[in-house]
Amino acid sequence: MALLQIAEPGMSAAPHERRLAIGIDLGTTHSLAATVKNSVAVCLADEEGRVLVPSVVHYRGDGGIEVGHAAVAAQPVDPRNTIVSVKRFMGRGLADVAHVETMPYVFEETPGMLRLRTVQGGKTPVEISAEILRALRARAEANLGGALAGAVITVPAYFDDAQRQATKDAARLAGLHVLRLLNEPTAAAVAYGLDNAAEGLYAVYDLGGGTFDLSILKLTRGVFEVLATNGNAALGGDDFDHRLYCWILDRARIAPPSATDTRRLQMKARAIKEQLTVSDEAPCQLRLDSGENVDLTVSREAFFEMTRPLVQKTLAPVRRALRDAGLAPQDIKGVVMVGGATRMPHVQRAVAGFFGQEPLTNLDPDRVVALGAAMQANALVGNRKAGDNDWLLLDVIPLSLGLETMGGLSEKIIPRNSTLPVARAQEFTTFKDGQTAMAFHVVQGERELVADCRSLARFELRGIPPMTAGAARIRVTFQVDADGLLSVAAREARTGVEASILVRPSYGLTDDEIAGMLRAGIERAGDDLAARALREQQVEAERALEATARALDADGGLLDAEEHARIAAAMEALRILIASGETARIAAGIAALARASEDFAARRMDRSIRAALAGHKIEEL
Amino acid sequence: MSVDLSLDYFTLFGLPRRFGIDEAALDRAWHALQAEVHPDRHTHLSSGERSRMMQEALRVNEAFATLKKPLTRAQYLLELLGIDAGIATNTAMAPEFLMEQMEWREAVEEARLASDIDALEQLALRLRMRAGEVTARLKEQLDGGNDPDAAADTVRRLMFLDKLRRETGDALSALDS
Ligand SMILES: Nc1ncnc2c1ncn2[C@@H]1O[C@H](COP(=O)(O)OP(=O)(O)O)[C@@H](O)[C@H]1O
Ligand SMILES: [Mg+2]
Repeated sequence: MALLQIAEPGMSAAPHERRLAIGIDLGTTHSLAATVKNSVAVCLADEEGRVLVPSVVHYRGDGGIEVGHAAVAAQPVDPRNTIVSVKRFMGRGLADVAHVETMPYVFEETPGMLRLRTVQGGKTPVEISAEILRALRARAEANLGGALAGAVITVPAYFDDAQRQATKDAARLAGLHVLRLLNEPTAAAVAYGLDNAAEGLYAVYDLGGGTFDLSILKLTRGVFEVLATNGNAALGGDDFDHRLYCWILDRARIAPPSATDTRRLQMKARAIKEQLTVSDEAPCQLRLDSGENVDLTVSREAFFEMTRPLVQKTLAPVRRALRDAGLAPQDIKGVVMVGGATRMPHVQRAVAGFFGQEPLTNLDPDRVVALGAAMQANALVGNRKAGDNDWLLLDVIPLSLGLETMGGLSEKIIPRNSTLPVARAQEFTTFKDGQTAMAFHVVQGERELVADCRSLARFELRGIPPMTAGAARIRVTFQVDADGLLSVAAREARTGVEASILVRPSYGLTDDEIAGMLRAGIERAGDDLAARALREQQVEAERALEATARALDADGGLLDAEEHARIAAAMEALRILIASGETARIAAGIAALARASEDFAARRMDRSIRAALAGHKIEEL
Repeated sequence: MSVDLSLDYFTLFGLPRRFGIDEAALDRAWHALQAEVHPDRHTHLSSGERSRMMQEALRVNEAFATLKKPLTRAQYLLELLGIDAGIATNTAMAPEFLMEQMEWREAVEEARLASDIDALEQLALRLRMRAGEVTARLKEQLDGGNDPDAAADTVRRLMFLDKLRRETGDALSALDS
């Protein structure tokens, strides 16, 4: 491939000093890490030679955490505490996630990003993803024999700001220095393009477990320029599984299954789906815990037929991306297929039909993203040597960014498919005399109504010098960096006052929350002492609850209604705290319950003493 | 090398200041500049240096986005001549043009409400051809003639067409899902 004649920046000053960098594909289904060794990108395997880490995290009752293959085994046994496809929850609220009713988890009612209640307390998707990243980091450090200088982490191109921020936060929690968030299709294009010296217009069709991306790139002399990207951040192989799962329930006439049976049926559905990629039919035999028997045969035709709407659903973003790029299907020179779900023959056929050419399936759809990310990581830490390939990535923002204006409309500030980095400013004015503050609502999406867009954050501008209405000129600047992350600045242009901004993310974590999690993480790193302390505190809390309940049963008559209510409230509060997973707060809850029942205990003590004086043994009470 | 932020966009890319543009040359110049200033090239610098480079990368992308599209390129050229082609200063648009606009608009709206994808595709195609004609006239006016006010009028027409094209595209995208 012809290379850019560009020079030193980014090149290693001392070639012998190789810095350790990895690329991580943090997938819905599988995650993996890769690195560049001797100028060749390679995936990192575990001791058993396995490269793919199932994106599954199991929180055990004893405080331990399992990730990957070990956690997969726990899926049907402990479904509530075994989290799969957590990527679907990143930067999302409960109302945003499809099929929650068939998920075996306990969700907490929290505003903003959803939380899962596990035996180890409430967990955000960020914390759960951090466990996967931690496992990959440990693997990389063991394999490379040292601390990492940084990592490139891939995200679906169609991820919005909240999802990207959540991914970056997870990396931070896992102790990784994020060199760059890189769009998955772009990473695949780098790996494919550099290996094949490709030039011209290419489409990358990436259908994974939970997300679909379509990017159109122009490859010219070492420059990977994304012309347009589109997709669906909630469409993937999982949906094919779900479709088949519903079909099985229907055909086998099964009553709504338990959490365990649901998990088993879903795993079965996925196995059948994968089987049908190579066979004409697949048996579905399962004996459920409920005693019911499933005995069906699924034919390839039936499966293709029931999932055809899903395949068709991927073509809409393809058309949209082409329209945005001003291109027709026949302008595309090659279609690179990425993601495990592109192995399905009817997906390949639909793509071939649409573009009028056979898609490129000669690369490993599971690994190509991680390999591209590793190449980029290697370049970003400055490991390239003179004579090595040199390239430049020019990526875009997938969804327009705007501000809410009067009437609940979104005013677009940065249009989708703008090349990154990008900054745009817009001026606003006050509408009341002497107005010193102004509220803004930042949204992302293409729709006209704010209600149909994604709420990113609200912020308030304060300290505007008092002026007559319409006199102030407030300049709001949106800036999106190369990670696709937005930052907002605002100033009053007339007086130059940099007003302070208070940003409240709608689906993200605040810096304080992240700091708290980091502290908790550091505590845990100390030989899992913290986890043990937590478990002990939880056991202690459960003991206190049980003792109080027994005392109320026995001597509730000693209390009036108000005293009774106070103790009940403290008990309820402690019950909730147990699930919070925060040792200190649980301890505080135990103390609060003790305080609330102090009088009660004293009265019981009195009574038992009196009873003892009357000749009874204390143990009887 | 660093980018001189005071340069006008044409000079920045080493292109003659005219509407007719060598798109391949623009692309090449843009790539070459981004190869110098893009954040990926500066991960080894101090944060102060990085943020200075960031400003340059932002400006290079802004310049490219402006020159790439005929409408914004024409607006920018007029701006360099000290003419604001904004709608706000628009006094008299030819009535027949406004009439034509209304007809287009109604046709798009009708097709959108009827969820008629074919009709919308047809309209998009016709709008593209119309925009092509207007752009050709703009080239004559900006590069050949010396009547910037006439050019400003044509730019306003292109603004109308551009908005319509975007709305047609959005309507298509909304229907197609
Ligand atoms: N042979 C196959 N046939 C059909 N689907 C497959 C096959 N192999 C993997 N998949 C599906 O691909 C999806 C995972 O793809 P992957 O690229 O690993 O996703 P992600 O990047 O989201 O983790 C799963 O839904 C899985 O069932
Ligand atoms: Mg993937």
